Amino acid sequence: MALPLKYNLRNVLIRWRTTVFTILGIAAVVAVFLVLRGMASGMEHTSGNTGDPRNILVVRNGSQAESGSLVTRDQFRTLQYFEEIARNEKNEPVISAELVMIVSAPRRGAGGEANTLLRGVTPRGMELRPQVTLKEGRWFTPGKREVVVAQRLAARFDGFELGGTIKAGPDRLTVVGHFDATGSAFDSEAWMDADECRSIFDREMYSSLLLRPRDEAALTNLLARIQSDKRLSLRAEREVDYYAKQTLTAKPLKYIASILGVVMSVGAFFAAMNTMYATVAARTREIGTLRVLGFSRFAIVLSFLIEGTFLAMLGGVLGSLLAWSGYAVLSLLGVNFGTLDFQSFAETVFQFRVTPDMMLLGVLLSAVIGFTGSFPPALRAARLPVISALKSL
Amino acid sequence: MAAPPPVPIVVVRDLSKIYRQGDINVTALNSVSLDIAPGEFVVLMGPSGSGKSTLLHIIAGIDQPTSGSAKVQGIDIARLNQSQLADWRNQNVGFVFQSFNLIPVLTAAENVELPLLLTNLSRKERRQQTLTALELVGLADRGHHRPDQLSGGQQQRAAIARALVTDPALIVADEPTGNLDAKSAGDVLEILQSLTRTAGKTVVMVTHDPKSASYGSRELHLEKGELAPGPGPK
Repeated sequence: MALPLKYNLRNVLIRWRTTVFTILGIAAVVAVFLVLRGMASGMEHTSGNTGDPRNILVVRNGSQAESGSLVTRDQFRTLQYFEEIARNEKNEPVISAELVMIVSAPRRGAGGEANTLLRGVTPRGMELRPQVTLKEGRWFTPGKREVVVAQRLAARFDGFELGGTIKAGPDRLTVVGHFDATGSAFDSEAWMDADECRSIFDREMYSSLLLRPRDEAALTNLLARIQSDKRLSLRAEREVDYYAKQTLTAKPLKYIASILGVVMSVGAFFAAMNTMYATVAARTREIGTLRVLGFSRFAIVLSFLIEGTFLAMLGGVLGSLLAWSGYAVLSLLGVNFGTLDFQSFAETVFQFRVTPDMMLLGVLLSAVIGFTGSFPPALRAARLPVISALKSL
Repeated sequence: MAAPPPVPIVVVRDLSKIYRQGDINVTALNSVSLDIAPGEFVVLMGPSGSGKSTLLHIIAGIDQPTSGSAKVQGIDIARLNQSQLADWRNQNVGFVFQSFNLIPVLTAAENVELPLLLTNLSRKERRQQTLTALELVGLADRGHHRPDQLSGGQQQRAAIARALVTDPALIVADEPTGNLDAKSAGDVLEILQSLTRTAGKTVVMVTHDPKSASYGSRELHLEKGELAPGPGPK
């Protein structure tokens, strides 16, 4: 039979100084791990939160991203008459030929410049993205050098405020509105009229086509049709799938989180082991007494494993709560982070994000640290010769 | 016709224990043989290093002899493995240590209950037996106190209650009064003595103190690992 849990609990409470330091150490490891994971998750969430499953995004065959894609006007004209494409109340095909350009703008406060995505959209393109809503000002007027920028992006660049101007090619665009894209990738973009955009940058071609098929059957049919049409040489996929794949930016951060997680976990493992070795040393005579009373070696091992794991899990819970508190405060304040998108080389805006799943992962990490760190001291406790343990001071 | 002598509870035959210290063999016990009858209060005396504690440890099943046999209630404990020994100790021997060896984070009652956690008794039965043991040593009203809230004498009485709680036939005590004042020592020894007289327990006690030894029913003297002729039964 195992030793009563109150034995471990009270020991943890009595050694409160060691307990507090161990808990804080493991909490720090878990919190840092979760913060890094939370940033990667925020980036992934931004990409995963973008698009409508009913839409198809078309880019040039071989292109991984819209910014590196070119779609000719002939290709656009051919595609827009495909019967699978839905039509609006004016009997126009629901398809938007868009241009994605990169413009450089001065960062707010920090100095220096960063790239940002400028999208030339059509009225159809805005209909296809109902999650993008105007928050301030008005939408741009077609034919005018006006731009509407994402609210979250506006907070990060100088001149993105209402009435400000953005340098685009040889011209400057006036900011007439701010939109919100509900945490999607469009929150890192500035939108203007597509034809005006082509004119400014003197571009004949588009970057991508966004379209809405009539129904699910038409969508499946259209995907197969575009893929198999060698003359078109275009790549089509659901808009949501396209954005779900745009998580490359999050990968370096995920690797850093994993590497740092491992390195710090090793440190925490030794801290937990050290604590438990000290615990075993301080309780040697108790261990001898328990063995004399008839408790098996297994019961002793189990007892120390439970105690070490419990202690570490307290740290894990605290670390998870710290990371979550950070997330809650940043969300409340509407703080966004920005990083370089490795595909478009433009600033991408995301929110730091800690989910219950991640918190559970943090607690599990602490449990693994506690369990493995307690194992050698627990074994040592169980292997202590009874008589010499009894003689210990 | 005279009644047949009682079957000994402890039978030790040609018991030897040799420790290895570096390259040197140290003989702690050399061919010791003795019998202890049920209800006896045997006192083991002798100078430091004479082997009395080693003999006590072997009889109690916390040390193994190098040769010879030690049978307690007919069981040769030298033949039991570590796991069997742990079970055997729990069911058959009560321990009283010089430093009390109570678990500091548990209350007196929880300390006394500890050996019962290894039995099949229900929670209610465990509580009842714990209370009975505490009453027997006069500590029923101190059960909820932690060891650091008890005097030395009270701690040792709690340790005796823990030794008694599983109702073992044999109680071993290693210098149980070594850390106590004269009054507390007298109380503890009286309890041990009364256990042999009223409850029929067998007590084997190691002590240096002749006054403590006077509570026993028989004294055995060890010198250099061998039993010396002593005063024998009182």
